[in-house]
Amino acid sequence: MSAAAEATAQAGTGTAAQPQTGRGVAYYPGCSLHGTSPEFDLSLRAVVQALDIPVTEIDDWNCCGASSGHTTDHLLGVALPARNLALAEAQGFDRVLAPCAACYNRLSAAHLAVAHEDGLAERMPEILGRPFANSVEVFNAVQMLHEAAETIAEKAAAPSAIPNPLKGIKVAAYYGCLLVRPAEVCGGDDPEQPTSMDEVISACGADPVDWNMKVECCGGAFSVSRTASVVRLGRAIVDDARRCGAEAIVVACPLCHSNLDLRQKAMATRGEKPLPVLFITEVVGLALGLPAESLGLKRHFVATEPFLQDLAVRAAKREAAEKTARDEAAAKAAVRAAKRAAAEAEAAATAAAAPGAPEGGEAQ
Amino acid sequence: MTTSTARTLAAEILEATGINAATCYQCGKCSAGCPMASESDLRPHQVMRRVMYGPRERALQDESVWLCLTCETCSARCPNDCDPARVIDAVREIGFESGQAVIPRAISAFHKAFLAQIRSNGRLHEMGMVMEYKLRSRDLMKDVTNAPGMFARGKLNLRPDRIDGVAEVKRIFERCGVTP
Amino acid sequence: MSRIGVFVCHCGENIARTVDCAAVAEALKDHPGVAVAEDYKYMCSDPGQALVKKAIEENHLTGVVVAACSPHMHEKTFRRACDQAGLNKFMCEMANVREHCSWIHEDRKEATDKAIDITRTIVEKVKHNRPLETISIPVTKRALVIGGGIAGIQAALDIADGGHEVVLIEKEASIGGHMSQLSETFPTLDCSQCILTPRMVEAYQHPNIKLHTWSEVEKVEGYIGNFEVTIRKKARSVNEDLCNGCGDCQAACPAKKIPSEFEAGLGKRTAIYVPFPQAVPNIPVLDRENCTLFKGRRKGLAKDACGKCKETCLKDAIDYDTEDTFVTEAVGAIVVATGFKLYDIGRDQPEGLKGYGEYGYGEVPDVIDGLQFERLASASGPTEGAILRPSDGTEPKTVVFVHCVGSRDPEKGMEYCSKICCMYNAKHTMLYKHKVHDGRAVAFYMDIRAGGKGYDEFSRRAIEEDGAEYIRGRVSRIFRDGDKVKVWGFDTLSDEQVVIDADMVVLATAIRPQDGIRELAQKLSVSTDEHGFINEAHPKLRPVETNTAGVFVAGACQAPRDIPEAVAMASATGAKVLGLFSADELEREPAVAVVDESTCIGCMRCELVCPYGAIEQREICTVDGHVCGHTAYVNPGVCQGCGTCQAVCLSKSVELQTFTDEQVYSEINALSMWE
Repeated sequence: MSAAAEATAQAGTGTAAQPQTGRGVAYYPGCSLHGTSPEFDLSLRAVVQALDIPVTEIDDWNCCGASSGHTTDHLLGVALPARNLALAEAQGFDRVLAPCAACYNRLSAAHLAVAHEDGLAERMPEILGRPFANSVEVFNAVQMLHEAAETIAEKAAAPSAIPNPLKGIKVAAYYGCLLVRPAEVCGGDDPEQPTSMDEVISACGADPVDWNMKVECCGGAFSVSRTASVVRLGRAIVDDARRCGAEAIVVACPLCHSNLDLRQKAMATRGEKPLPVLFITEVVGLALGLPAESLGLKRHFVATEPFLQDLAVRAAKREAAEKTARDEAAAKAAVRAAKRAAAEAEAAATAAAAPGAPEGGEAQ
Repeated sequence: MTTSTARTLAAEILEATGINAATCYQCGKCSAGCPMASESDLRPHQVMRRVMYGPRERALQDESVWLCLTCETCSARCPNDCDPARVIDAVREIGFESGQAVIPRAISAFHKAFLAQIRSNGRLHEMGMVMEYKLRSRDLMKDVTNAPGMFARGKLNLRPDRIDGVAEVKRIFERCGVTP
Repeated sequence: MSRIGVFVCHCGENIARTVDCAAVAEALKDHPGVAVAEDYKYMCSDPGQALVKKAIEENHLTGVVVAACSPHMHEKTFRRACDQAGLNKFMCEMANVREHCSWIHEDRKEATDKAIDITRTIVEKVKHNRPLETISIPVTKRALVIGGGIAGIQAALDIADGGHEVVLIEKEASIGGHMSQLSETFPTLDCSQCILTPRMVEAYQHPNIKLHTWSEVEKVEGYIGNFEVTIRKKARSVNEDLCNGCGDCQAACPAKKIPSEFEAGLGKRTAIYVPFPQAVPNIPVLDRENCTLFKGRRKGLAKDACGKCKETCLKDAIDYDTEDTFVTEAVGAIVVATGFKLYDIGRDQPEGLKGYGEYGYGEVPDVIDGLQFERLASASGPTEGAILRPSDGTEPKTVVFVHCVGSRDPEKGMEYCSKICCMYNAKHTMLYKHKVHDGRAVAFYMDIRAGGKGYDEFSRRAIEEDGAEYIRGRVSRIFRDGDKVKVWGFDTLSDEQVVIDADMVVLATAIRPQDGIRELAQKLSVSTDEHGFINEAHPKLRPVETNTAGVFVAGACQAPRDIPEAVAMASATGAKVLGLFSADELEREPAVAVVDESTCIGCMRCELVCPYGAIEQREICTVDGHVCGHTAYVNPGVCQGCGTCQAVCLSKSVELQTFTDEQVYSEINALSMWE
């Protein structure tokens, strides 16, 4: 029996479940969302619930290997993420949501490599020890939110007891590397001037700023092993965001988040006010009116509390100003309506006094 | 002066990646945008040059390829589709497997600790990885001040998150020929 | 009985490398009807041709087969040789064992066998050849020149000076093309307008040149010596005969903020306009897209929203109701000189191109292209020659010039070198330094390509005398940083990253063929390369001819060209056209269809399918003059020898003289007869 056939047989009697439906998309949280970035996991789960997008965590998923896997061995860099795709496939899904940009990139790159590289598709079942048809599509949190942008915009603009704190605030959408490069892995958005996250931010009612460091690297996995590089690269990003008027930076990658959040203190040279670094799911959560605690906003190193308080105050002021404006407009409208009614009554009286006059334009 | 020899990496790179290093016309656009260019010795276009014309040791034994962030900026902007990022990946891999690579201790420690974690748990356990990293890098005090903050924010789990399929993952490592 | 000579050419190594030429000759020696078979290293050379002639005379040959290259290459050569030796030249045929055999195969044995087969088929064909005579067709001694840039003007002048009429058409309102937009020209720094405008006027006033501006080619029919071209004269709204070019209409036009094409978007124009003061003819056109009156009409307004130009015009030359008109011109030759356009750096790109997001997609105001810099530097430009940046009108103190944007870049642009950018960049750095003495000019280049007379000296002068800083490396990113433009580059020679806070950046964008070139090429039946440049008939020996007889090509529509080259090509087309017009009649090969009137049943199916309208119906009369029936007749002057009639003829009564059924079947049979 060939190894591949053996693998198929094993899987047939083992863990491979019958395809199931109705559980929405497969959710691949990855190690960071389980470890160093629980707020990304929390906010994502809160947001998909609010948007009514069912997600189910892949059973027994493993680390995708980013970045040590593919950095040291190409085959391992494909096989580790491929096991997760195989699991999702066996568990009956056709789409995998991988919010972490690094995981997304690895999963998507593995999907492509198996589809296009000579011999990989044939070797994979043997290496994984499970059947693998490479049938599952991978997408990330930004893509998911972009698909739901209309719903987000509606909900964010709907009247609510807690006013949308994001309306009119300026934020910088930071894509980094792994959401846009390589372009063929990252599906669709412009690799140099991406807009999808900006569009999600606009849907939330906030204003994405036009800035320069959208796709420059923050230092990736060097946070621990080469901190000085991360501080140098991160500083250029934070400085540019600040110069371009951003009040916060929005990310969709735990590595970027940790580099810009945890290391921001070390980047400051002149005692600048730190810029909060938010996950895109936290931003969407705030726009949908979800409480800050449920989004994990207290877990950041650059404290988000002063920022959120400031937003709440501004939102309240704005609401009050809008209410005043609305009241004034209503009063003016009432006056105009009264005048018009009086004029109409007068005209009707004149018309009644002139017999035989044609009735409006229709008679002609 | 080094005597030029015909022993280059070009054929191996072509075999491993399908990329013909001779397509690089040394325009330097990759290096102009490389975030690590200021910290490394061999810049992407120079790695391409070493791959093309050798000597192979000069490509394999330079630590610069280990400073690559895999940010893919070089490949995204390469006008001639040479994919320097993929070539650098392959140079690292060949150097690593042949034992010729000169890897900065901290980075080597990081990769080893990282892969060891995946191999034994199936997932990354940050706490365990950091401990192992410190032992390997011999930089015991690094980031110690951040640990309490991480812990307080729920960002450090004490216990590893071990998956049921650990044996499967171990076998993947073996079948890919990656030994601890 | 046939006595055929077979002559196998080695073509140096081209054929002999994969085909055993001696073996081919040897095999053909025994072929029935072959009187002599020989091989030789260069059959097309003088001794080679002498060998053929000698064999004809000595062996009294009735036919000749030359196993060599494509008939496109040397059929003429060998037919001439046969003619000189007294053999009817149509008894000579080529067996193509180069393009069809040696160039495309590797196995010597198999290639040799195939070469033998190919040669046998042609021998079998030649056995059925009949002596034919060339056909004479009349030549219309007028030429059409498409495109009124420097190449088109030069070609028109040369032909007109040679004594023949020229129809010059230009799609814009004025002739002059890109050269009229340039400030100075390399490598002499001559003022472009000063050397061009006299030529424009000369062309306009030349008694032999008929000019149609604001016009395009609609349809082309016919063939060499006898083309009929339909020209669309786009509605100008201005009567060219009445207008005296006073300019009052322009002054009166209220729509004054339309980006001027001539100023490369850096200046504004009105809706009724002449593109620039020195325009030829000095007659405005009305841009209906941007005209207030026409905008109103499109919206369906009952009353015209404007009419100021018409009110102002003392000559009553303006007519809002003109429509496109068509004129037909009969010409004997056509010169294509439609020129180039620049790679557009914007976000929207045609298929296959990507644009430069890393350079800001042209959305940073102080990042401009080379043509825009020309306008800034031009004395007649929007700044009257002062180098002022577009965003705030200040004088930039650091200007970065980037070579190869969209050129030598198969990923985002064109794979080819645009050839002229190295030189105009050097010129730009000089012009800038001459005007801004304390300024810094930095050029990022990959290679400096300055291979023309005085060119390298010129680019060296930019560096050595004018102090331009040349940095070898491409630029990774360009972005707006406050009121500066940040440029990230790399100096591959000093091995360092280079960051420049520039005030302005000039991108030397790639040269591409004009829009619509493929459609025009289709109308003319000429081919284009993958980028849309017109293909020349032969890259070395026939550089200004196309693969359609009577259609010639000049200037940057064939490949990126600088002014001297465009002018040289234009004069070359002039010489070609004058050569063509030097005879009253043209000789054409008798590759035409002929009807056998004794079997034709007059069904006229052939007339229905003939794409050239070459077939007509002819009455057949009895001896005493009574019409007793009709047959088809092929006009040999019009027939192009496509063979479609032959394929549909029910009674097998029509055949190409050079490809009769008998000949073709013999060729096929030859393949099965000798295994």
